[in-house]
Amino acid sequence: MNQELLTQQGLGGLVFLAVCAATVFGALIAVNSKSLIRAVSGLCLSLIGVAGLYYFLNSPFLAAMEMLIYVGAVGVSIAFAVMLAEPKQEDRADGAFGLGPFFGFIAGGLLCWGMIVVGMRTDWMKAAVKVNDGSMLAVGKALLTSYSMVFELISVVLLIAIIGALALGRRGRN
Amino acid sequence: MDILSLSSQLNTYLIMGAFLFGIGFYGLINRRSLIGMLISAELIMSGASLNFMAFNHFLAPDPVVGQIFTLFIMGIAAAEAAIALSIIIAVYRNYKSIAADDLNDLKG
Repeated sequence: MNQELLTQQGLGGLVFLAVCAATVFGALIAVNSKSLIRAVSGLCLSLIGVAGLYYFLNSPFLAAMEMLIYVGAVGVSIAFAVMLAEPKQEDRADGAFGLGPFFGFIAGGLLCWGMIVVGMRTDWMKAAVKVNDGSMLAVGKALLTSYSMVFELISVVLLIAIIGALALGRRGRN
Repeated sequence: MDILSLSSQLNTYLIMGAFLFGIGFYGLINRRSLIGMLISAELIMSGASLNFMAFNHFLAPDPVVGQIFTLFIMGIAAAEAAIALSIIIAVYRNYKSIAADDLNDLKG
């Protein structure tokens, strides 16, 4: 067993288990912690785990983008929002829906269980032939040829989002 | 089945994606504050992207399509987070609270 752990596959498997644990553990922190800043940290941990999963799925480019966009930009901006709009009371102070967490747990658990069952039972068909290797070069070529229209559209969406965020943030300030 | 070779199976990634989605859904129902709901929504979206990437790597004939789709999901999520956070800041400025229960005025 020790010999097996020291091979390349063994170490890779250990790293994979650690990445999976970070993903699930971070997600649990993100939804269960009382203070919001801790929830943001849990979200960041979970997204780092997802970036590791992308790396194992043979796409290091997407892993880097996940770190940059999600962990970097989105995580930091949510942390800024927590600092600007700090809630005085605790997150779950009032008991208006006492059964809310219970039903939430039931609904989330059922959804999760259903998707796992469907995923395990289906006999997924593999593609007969792969047209390319899915490398970063192929991604770049496809972005600038087949998907250039969507590429331009998403830049317009991001521009509008920036302008809208600035306008919303400015309103009401005097 | 060896536990160290889990990374080369489609089912592992599907289970991780389902976990992320389920946990995010639970948080979306459970959370009271708007920022907590936004965090849960991010978890749900990363579960969906993980499914796309898993099918892309194991099953798709063209392994570029899923990566590009995931990139676009990331772009949309970034735009959504920026807009949602500025709305949350504006709401906080008016109500001095970001709990979803307190926002019960139809006309601000």
